[in-house]
Amino acid sequence: MDKYLLIPLLPLIAFTINIIFGKGIIKERAHWIAILAVLGSFAIAVSTLIEVLNGKTINYDVYSWIVSGSFKVTVGFLIDQLTAIMLIVVTSVSLLVHIYSVGYMHGDKGYYRFFAYLSLFTFSMLMLVMGNNLLQLYFGWEAVGLCSYFLIGFWYEKKSASDAGKKAFIVNRFGDFGFGIGVIMIFLTLGALHYTDIFAKVGTLQGQTINILGYNIDLITLIALLLFCGAVGKSAQIPLHVWLPDAMEGPTPVSALIHAATMVTAGVFMVARFNPIFSLSETAMNVVALTGAITSLFAATIALVQNDIKRIVAYSTVSQLGYMFLACGVGAYGAGVFHLYTHAYFKALLFLGAGSVMHAMAGELDIQKMGGLKKHMPVTYWTFLIASLSIAGIPGLAGFFSKDEILWLAYNHGTIGKIVWLMGTAVAALTAFYSFRIIFMAFHGKFRGTHEQEHHLHESPKAMTIPLIILAIGAISAGWVGIPAALGGSNAIAHFFEPVLGHPHVTAAHEEEFMVMSISIVAAIGGIFVSWIFYSLKPEIPKTLAAKFKGIYTTLWNKYYVDELYGFIIVRPTKWIASNILVAVTDGKIIEGIVNGVPQAIRNFGERLRKLQTGHLQHYAVSMAIGLFVILTLVLIAAGR
Amino acid sequence: MQIGYPILSTVIFLPIFGALWIFLIRRSSETFIKWTALLISLVTFILSIPLFSSFDKTTAKMQFTETHGWVPSWGIKYALGVDGISVLFVLLSTLLTILCVTVSWNSIKEKTKEFYAALLLIEGSMIGVFCSLDLFLFYIFWEAMLIPMYLLIGVWGGPNRVYAAIKFFLYTLVGSVLMLVGIIVLYINTGQGSERTFDMLQMMTTNYPYNMQLILFWAFFAAFSVKVPMFPVHTWLPDAHTEAPTAGSVILAGILIKMGAYGFLRFNMPLFPEATKAMAPAMMILSVIAIIYGGIICLGQTDLKRLIAYSSVSHMGFVTLGIFALNVQGIQGGILQMINHGIVTGALFLCVGMIYDRTHTRQIEDYGGVATVMPIYAAFFMVFTLASIGLPGTNGFVGEFLIILGGFTASKTLGVLSATGIIIGAAYMLWLYQRVFFLETNPKVQGHPDMNMREILTIVPMILLVLWIGIYPNTFLSFMDASVQNLIERINSVPVNSVSVSGNEKILSLITDTDTVIEVLK
Repeated sequence: MDKYLLIPLLPLIAFTINIIFGKGIIKERAHWIAILAVLGSFAIAVSTLIEVLNGKTINYDVYSWIVSGSFKVTVGFLIDQLTAIMLIVVTSVSLLVHIYSVGYMHGDKGYYRFFAYLSLFTFSMLMLVMGNNLLQLYFGWEAVGLCSYFLIGFWYEKKSASDAGKKAFIVNRFGDFGFGIGVIMIFLTLGALHYTDIFAKVGTLQGQTINILGYNIDLITLIALLLFCGAVGKSAQIPLHVWLPDAMEGPTPVSALIHAATMVTAGVFMVARFNPIFSLSETAMNVVALTGAITSLFAATIALVQNDIKRIVAYSTVSQLGYMFLACGVGAYGAGVFHLYTHAYFKALLFLGAGSVMHAMAGELDIQKMGGLKKHMPVTYWTFLIASLSIAGIPGLAGFFSKDEILWLAYNHGTIGKIVWLMGTAVAALTAFYSFRIIFMAFHGKFRGTHEQEHHLHESPKAMTIPLIILAIGAISAGWVGIPAALGGSNAIAHFFEPVLGHPHVTAAHEEEFMVMSISIVAAIGGIFVSWIFYSLKPEIPKTLAAKFKGIYTTLWNKYYVDELYGFIIVRPTKWIASNILVAVTDGKIIEGIVNGVPQAIRNFGERLRKLQTGHLQHYAVSMAIGLFVILTLVLIAAGR
Repeated sequence: MQIGYPILSTVIFLPIFGALWIFLIRRSSETFIKWTALLISLVTFILSIPLFSSFDKTTAKMQFTETHGWVPSWGIKYALGVDGISVLFVLLSTLLTILCVTVSWNSIKEKTKEFYAALLLIEGSMIGVFCSLDLFLFYIFWEAMLIPMYLLIGVWGGPNRVYAAIKFFLYTLVGSVLMLVGIIVLYINTGQGSERTFDMLQMMTTNYPYNMQLILFWAFFAAFSVKVPMFPVHTWLPDAHTEAPTAGSVILAGILIKMGAYGFLRFNMPLFPEATKAMAPAMMILSVIAIIYGGIICLGQTDLKRLIAYSSVSHMGFVTLGIFALNVQGIQGGILQMINHGIVTGALFLCVGMIYDRTHTRQIEDYGGVATVMPIYAAFFMVFTLASIGLPGTNGFVGEFLIILGGFTASKTLGVLSATGIIIGAAYMLWLYQRVFFLETNPKVQGHPDMNMREILTIVPMILLVLWIGIYPNTFLSFMDASVQNLIERINSVPVNSVSVSGNEKILSLITDTDTVIEVLK
């Protein structure tokens, strides 16, 4: 058996073992199987990365999946620079989250089930990134969505949790609806679903248009936008972002793995993978860039006022995903994936840190009830601080390099680029602000929770703190592979990605780059500074502001009322129509009325004819005979005999 | 293909004679009756396996054929055979019957003897329907199946069983009568006097005048559309499913309603190719309505079985959409989706039956928290839920994807509309799953035992099939290749009739207008 196949297969085997034997035999030992499997995958992923670094690209088919006439699709693997990095991100974060969960999920009655789902997720995510064709991507795409559904609703007795899982699945289906049609259009126009074939042939579509309701639309633009629909769902962009904040109902390690580091970035991965299609359509690119930028700003503003620690981090994730799309939209796919990679570490760290806090606070999520946690949980504090500095974009840390690369390339991308750059810089300031709002409110100052909570405050066990420390190292150093030339680096990762993702050619001087860099650094430090004034120095300011701008505050607090809007225009009308129109009227009265009415009429006729009190069967015999006679006559006349 | 025994006659008549034998057993020896029924269904299944292993996938010709004169003066023959379109249904029938026996093991307590006899009678006549190559023989099996099914619902059904049974009987009968007229017209047209024949294969090579094709198309349509059931003649299905005993629902969902779609493929398309071409747009529109209407109406259901019954309307809409797309992907997807639906919906009804045996309620609001009480059951049900909503890796995905691909190829508008079915499907199935399995445990489900070994063994084959078809569908798709190709060639061998174009302009313009608008401009 070849080793690449083992990368996804090991977690699948672990899932199968745990789901079948977990309840009866394995029980509390479930994590061993899961961890060993993902460790194996990680080791093979590292050796694969080394091969790819040495210039190797792997592309082969394992078996024919679906064959129907001219439609043929296989299960197969493509491992190039993009996939190799994704493999490392997925397996490394997954491994750390597995280890962390040993501590975090200890004693949960669904312990084995949890690890089984984590394994299944890892398998699905690996299939997604490793596939060499669009339909396998779609397989992984839906499968990670399924695992997300299982894990969000892990504590299924809670209505909010099972609601959130269901919501995530259904909202994603809206995106997949477009994505699926995109897949079909690609097959019908290009006759292929394998990446290499698609990219080789896509040029032939250039200049072709398709007429929809009287408007001529560029075919490539349409295909790109349909694919992007899927990304909007999976990566929680406007208008399908609503599921991700609710997804925080799941256990925190899940939020770190699925809803921060890996699954939600699948949309970015997909857009980057399909860069040969997107790059052919300026319109599609602009849509991607603007969707990303607007989502980024939108989510960041909501994060400003939330009090639930996980929700703040969730909106931060939506916002950072927007950043990645912003990058793709300006052609900086490499920078987008670079940010995906650094984000995986600092955002997983933020979530796991939040989980550590919850662990100490007996599940408390409200940062208003925290405070002063620094002295009780030093490891959590310092690692959380590192992650916050990294996401804020403080020079030297991972987040700085990737964010800077995006902003710089956006800045150099014409008018649209300038607009999104401006928005991105604003987001950078907001990000620094709300990230440090958590630091100041939760870790500094005085404890504001109950006495009992205070009594129980403790640092988390080693199984949890060690992954935090490892991730912190990542949150610091992951960006060092992308130090720009302006700072004396070689931007190794951009060159690494170049064969797959290209690299925008920028001719501007280093001075200009320093200026852009300085602006974002000022924005970050400014954000942190304001946050310090608001939540440490003069805590009355935010309250006054909230009271003064009540309208804005309530709108943000209620997340711009998007959930309410969807409930009002989609969910409730559909259910109402189902019960009150379809069940009650069309099926209940109209169809039943007509269809039952005809035999009824014949029967009445028959009864009048006979005036006899007969049993059912006689009625039918009469109606049948009459019906038969009438029909037979008609048909014979019509058939011309 | 020679197997050493007349395989088709065997799998048809073994259950039928088995049923007669069961009638001879003393009523009091219930256990013996049950074991006899199980044994007969198992042996039938085993004897049907060569259909799978020895089938020649390279030819579109009928295989395992048996032909004997029957009523020579009327041109009636006893002719059996299967091709790539029908063979899988025979196998599905023999498999599902076993599961119907095991699932009824403890839930049928009255008139046990008659129940198992009826079940086996249905099995034999269903297989007969799929194997007949003589229209007269076909019609006999077609009608023969109706009576035991009517009894199954009317005798062993729920509180409202008589109403449901009569409704089922009337609907199907009215349709069947029209088909009978069609069959007679076909027969008369095969020649003069003794030349006349009911031989289907011979009829399929004849090209009938267009107007006659059109009328006959509708006559057969009457029988098949009721069986499928297509919108708007679907309302018997929810009643029949809801009232039928578990085994009845499984047979209904698994095999019986497939006969409608099978009928389109076996009769309407090869016999009336021109009419098929002309009517395909109308059929596709009805299918898409069924997909969306049947899906949304599920959101308004309060009864477990009723919801699954309506979901069948939606799923069968996919089947007919694929079939009338008249291209390889559509038809293969349609046939595969029939098998899939038989497996998945059959299994869902098996599952519902198992929990009904415990709680004796079908109301969704009486459930909640079943995952806590019966985790194994919950896991199995989840697999079928996922297959039902077409998750990749399960059989449902392969079928639905091929159908949407085929549908989109035929008409972009309808393809896109049908794809909304995947959103609606996820909504009603996951909502159902949440209300039954998640949330706080409802006192009414508290304390019930999880699945026992008999139940697990009943469900596991279905799980394996869901995954097999999901992961390696080519095993099954390859069965259909040659026959589907042949069918499409038959349809394309006739020109599109100019009369049909003008005659159906109104219906056609509905789609073609939007479609020409969407046509790719080079």
